[in-house]
Amino acid sequence: MSPGSEWRITMNQSNKSNISDALKDAGLEILTCLQCGTCSGSCPSGRYTGMITRKIVRKARVGKDVLHDPDLWMCTTCYTCQERCPREIKITDAILAIRTIAVHEGIMLPEHRRVSQLVLEYGHAVPINDSVKEKRESLGMEVLPETVHKYPDALADVQTLLESCGFDKLAAGSQE
Amino acid sequence: MEKLSLYLGCITPNRYPGIEKATKLCLDRLEIDYADLSGASCCPAPGVFRSFDKATWLALASRNIVLSEEMERDVLTICNGCYGSLVDANNELKDDPALKKSTNAHLEKIGKNFKGTVDVRHIIELLYDEPGPEKIKEMVTSPLDLRVALHYGCHLVKPSKERKLGSTEDPRFFDELVEATGAESVNYPDKMACCGAGGGVRSALLDKSLEMLEHKLSRIRDADVDCIVNACPFCHLQFDGGQVEIEEKRGTGYNIPVIHYSQLLGLAFGYLPEELGIDLNLVTNEDFLLKLKGDR
Ligand code: SF4
Ligand code: SF4
Repeated sequence: MSPGSEWRITMNQSNKSNISDALKDAGLEILTCLQCGTCSGSCPSGRYTGMITRKIVRKARVGKDVLHDPDLWMCTTCYTCQERCPREIKITDAILAIRTIAVHEGIMLPEHRRVSQLVLEYGHAVPINDSVKEKRESLGMEVLPETVHKYPDALADVQTLLESCGFDKLAAGSQE
Repeated sequence: MEKLSLYLGCITPNRYPGIEKATKLCLDRLEIDYADLSGASCCPAPGVFRSFDKATWLALASRNIVLSEEMERDVLTICNGCYGSLVDANNELKDDPALKKSTNAHLEKIGKNFKGTVDVRHIIELLYDEPGPEKIKEMVTSPLDLRVALHYGCHLVKPSKERKLGSTEDPRFFDELVEATGAESVNYPDKMACCGAGGGVRSALLDKSLEMLEHKLSRIRDADVDCIVNACPFCHLQFDGGQVEIEEKRGTGYNIPVIHYSQLLGLAFGYLPEELGIDLNLVTNEDFLLKLKGDR
């Protein structure tokens, strides 16, 4: 079976936009994949999570199922596969781009929604807490760091940017 | 020597302030010209925000860079994640006029404009360039008698096309900086393997993330070292906090001390572990602290 025939069948059956064209537009060609498995063999996540990188690349060629694949979120973005791929496919970048499509279709893990809310509220994905404030004091440092934590105007600017990009709505998942 | 702004990110100031303090002590000792990058935010975290929405990633990253442009200073990062996010955003915006234009349309709303006039540096590649390991070795006042398991962390060297720091399978530059302190960088299997934290895996799939970590920890334990050295507070959090989580969830205690390179260098410059926040880690290892004090 050639990958090409598989691809045509899927596209004939589906009138939805397809992933690999979107990736190609973003400079991420995946159709040259040999399915050699170098990527999966290199994957630190694959050893423990059952994630199979090669299958993600294959799935991305044939339709939209990949958007619902839990494996998509098991990639640590270590870039080992991308470094080693004999076809120089930008695998990690492609996984990130597929995640973007998924997120814009309303697919986001609850924990990631929570981290997004933290950035919306504090401008930090990891905001300060009381125990760290004490640690800072014990080191003779200012309690609040020289970041948005200390400058409310700076935080307001960050929030303006996030709103301007529509990130508040994206993170709230209000599109569905 | 170039002028720098110190970009803190999230985890350093808000979880491991000792890394922040150690970095400043070392920069002062090395007479590197730096200033605080006041009002900076999350880089934003590459594994999640970058993959959620490119416009948002570029808007927040470019704002941090613009703050540094306004000071006419290059951005200095002390975290692999921040480095990856800011370097890649800076390069994309410099190279792609359309992207720069659309990003500036957002920045305009806060009265800012990305020009593309500064670079983004990581403290490890910076120190390797200047003053360099030889010079640092000369400046060390308390050479360290430590066996170290070095963890480069993925985003310091990968993707190599963007980073241009040489081999990603067997790099040496960071080892040379470690050895400049007198410590021995011990080889161990899977040294270049990921700690398992990135890409939102630690935040959303903790158990899986810890399995990846435990693999590395077991390799490091077998190497019989005094501590783990990293250059990324997120890897640091994974190694330090992760050991406590592994012990709670699975009962295996590794108890391996974890320190950032700034803290290692601070020790070699004669600062005490308490001055560098090394005693504020979640893993407590009294033997290590005693050994450090004995070295002085
Ligand atoms: S390493 Fe490259 S060519 Fe081989 S299966 Fe993975 S993506 Fe395809
Ligand atoms: S970048 Fe992701 S898919 Fe590729 S090897 Fe690393 S964890 Fe696996």
